[in-house]
Amino acid sequence: MSAPTTTAPAASAPPAGRRRGAGPAAPPRGRRRTPLLLLLPAAVILIPLVAYPIYQLGLLSVLDFGQAQASGGVPTRFVGFDNYRGILTDQQFWTVLAQTVGFAAFCVVATLVVGAALAVLLTRIGRTARLVLTTASMAAWAAPAMTGSTVWSFLFDTNLGLVNDLLVKLGLSGFHEYNWFYDKWTAFLIVGAVVVWHSYPFVMVTLYAGINAIPAEILEAASLDGANTWTTFRRVTAPMLRPILTIVVIQSVIWDFKVFTQIYVMTTGGGIAGQNLVLNVYAYQKAFASSQYGLGAAIGVIMLLILVIPTALYIRTLRRTGNEL
Amino acid sequence: MNTRSRWRLAANSTAYLVAVVAAFPIFWMVLSAFKPKGEVQSLHPRPWTTHPTLESFRQVLGVDGFGRYFLNSVVIALAVVVLSGVVVFLAAVAVTRFRFRFRTTVMVMFLIAQMIPVEALTIPLFFMFRDAGRFAPGIGLNTLASLILVQLAFSLPFGIWMMRGFVAAVPVSIEEAAQIDGASRTRILWRILLPLVAPGLAATSVFSFIAAWNDFVFAKTFIISATQNQTLPSALLVFFKPDENDWGGIMAASTLMTLPVLVFFVAVQRKLVSGLAGAVKD
Repeated sequence: MSAPTTTAPAASAPPAGRRRGAGPAAPPRGRRRTPLLLLLPAAVILIPLVAYPIYQLGLLSVLDFGQAQASGGVPTRFVGFDNYRGILTDQQFWTVLAQTVGFAAFCVVATLVVGAALAVLLTRIGRTARLVLTTASMAAWAAPAMTGSTVWSFLFDTNLGLVNDLLVKLGLSGFHEYNWFYDKWTAFLIVGAVVVWHSYPFVMVTLYAGINAIPAEILEAASLDGANTWTTFRRVTAPMLRPILTIVVIQSVIWDFKVFTQIYVMTTGGGIAGQNLVLNVYAYQKAFASSQYGLGAAIGVIMLLILVIPTALYIRTLRRTGNEL
Repeated sequence: MNTRSRWRLAANSTAYLVAVVAAFPIFWMVLSAFKPKGEVQSLHPRPWTTHPTLESFRQVLGVDGFGRYFLNSVVIALAVVVLSGVVVFLAAVAVTRFRFRFRTTVMVMFLIAQMIPVEALTIPLFFMFRDAGRFAPGIGLNTLASLILVQLAFSLPFGIWMMRGFVAAVPVSIEEAAQIDGASRTRILWRILLPLVAPGLAATSVFSFIAAWNDFVFAKTFIISATQNQTLPSALLVFFKPDENDWGGIMAASTLMTLPVLVFFVAVQRKLVSGLAGAVKD
C-alpha cells in the first residue's frame, strides 16, 4: 500500500498553518550536529538497504549475469549496454511496456472517478450511511493485496465461482464454465477491479477530508454573491481541491505502475504465455524464473527511469503549492 | 416528499449499495472459510451456510501449519512497526525542526525512495542478503531478520513524509516553553513532543504494519529453503494447485490473514480519518 496521506494534506495548507518554523521565523536552534544525529538511524538503514541496492541494480544491468555467475562458477563479465539492447529490441518488452502503461492508466482513472464520486457522495448523506460506507471502504482498503487476489479469484473461478453461477442464472448461459483469466482483456479487467477496490478508499477519504477543509464561510460567501452550485464548484471548490487532487493522481500513477501481487497471484505469474505481464512482474520473472539477472536488472533500471517522471512532477507540484520540501 | 429529501434518500441508498459491493468480497471470504468443504466446492454457491464449521481453519492451522506462518508475520510486522516508529519520529523531527544544509536534498531523497518499485530491488537485495548470510547467518536469506530489515527500509521514507506533517503541526512555542522551564533537549523530545504526535505515529504505524503484513515478493524470494520461516502471503500460494484449488483452505487462510488488519484498521479508522482531516485543515 502506498498511501501518501501526509503530502496531500500538507499541500493544501493555508498560510495560517505555517507553524513548522519555516522561513525567517525559524530560530537557529541547537548545535549543527543534532539534526544529523537524529537522521543517523534512518541513514544506517536506508543507505545499505535502498541506496546501495539501487547502485547494485545499475551494476547488474551492465553485467552478463545468469545462473552460472550467480552461483559463482563463472566470473561476471562487463557487457556494457548489451542487456538494454537485448531488451529494447525484444518485441515482448514493448508489448509489456504498453500493457503496463495502459493498465496503470485504466486503474488510475477508475480509482479517481470512483474515489471522487464517493467523496462527494459522503458530503451529501446522513451520519449512519456515512459510517457504513466509510467502514466498508476501510475493509476493502485494509484487505491485503494477497487476500484481495485470492477472494476475487474465487469469485471469478471458472467452475466454482459465484459470478459465473449468477450470470448463468440471469440467463447468460455463455458464462457457464467461462474462464475469465483465459482472455487477456478480461483477466486485466478483473485484476484492475481488484486494484481499484483496494485503492479507491484512500482517494475517497483524502478528497473528503479536502472538501471538508474548505471553510464554510467561503461557500456561504459564494452563495451570498449569488453563485449557483455549479459555479461554486467550478470557481471555489475545484480550485481549492486542485493541489490535493494533483497529488492523489500522481501517487495513484506511481502506485498502479508498480502493481505486482495481484497480477502475479491472479494470473499465476503473468497470464497464459505471459499475456498479462507488466514491467514489474516481467523483471521479476526474467531474473528469478529464467535466471537472467542482468536482463531483469536492466528492466528494473528502465522502470526506475520511467518513474522519475511522475516523481519530478510530484516534487514540482509540492513546491508550486507553497510547500517547502 | 419534496425534491430535497428524495435526493437525500437516493444518495443514502447509493451509499449503502456501494458499501455492500465493497464489503462483499470480505463477506464471501469469511463465509467460505466457515463453509463445509463440500459447500465451498459446490457448482452453485449459496450466500449463506446452514452448517458453519471450523473444518477449514483446523486444516490450515493443523495440517498445513499456518499457525507458524501467522506468528512469523506477526513478529515481522510488530518489529517493523516498533523500529520504524522510533526511526521515523527522530528523522521527522530532524527535517521539520531544524534547518541544515542538504535538508531539501534529504527530503527529495526520501521522496524518491518512496517511489521506487521495490520489486526491482529484489534482485540486488537477494544477492546482498545471500552474501551477507555467509558472514552473518542471522541476517542472511531464509531469516525473519532479512524480511524485517527490508520492510523497515521501505517503510521509512513514506513514514517520514507522513510524520513530518504531524510534527510540524505541534507549535514550536510548547517546546520553547519547556526549554525555558529547564527541560533538557532529550526530555523535550521524548516527554513533550512524542506524546503530542502519538496520534500521527499511530497513523503512520498503520501503514508500516500493513506494508509489512502484506509483503509477498520479498517473502517469496528470500525464504527459499527454511520453510518454517515463511510468512502468510507466500505460504498461501501452496493452496493454488494446477488441477483444482482448495478454496476452503485458501479462504480460511485468507481470513486469518485479513482479520488482524481489518480489526486494527476499523479500530483506528476514526483516528485515521480525523487525522487526515486535521492534517488537511492545517
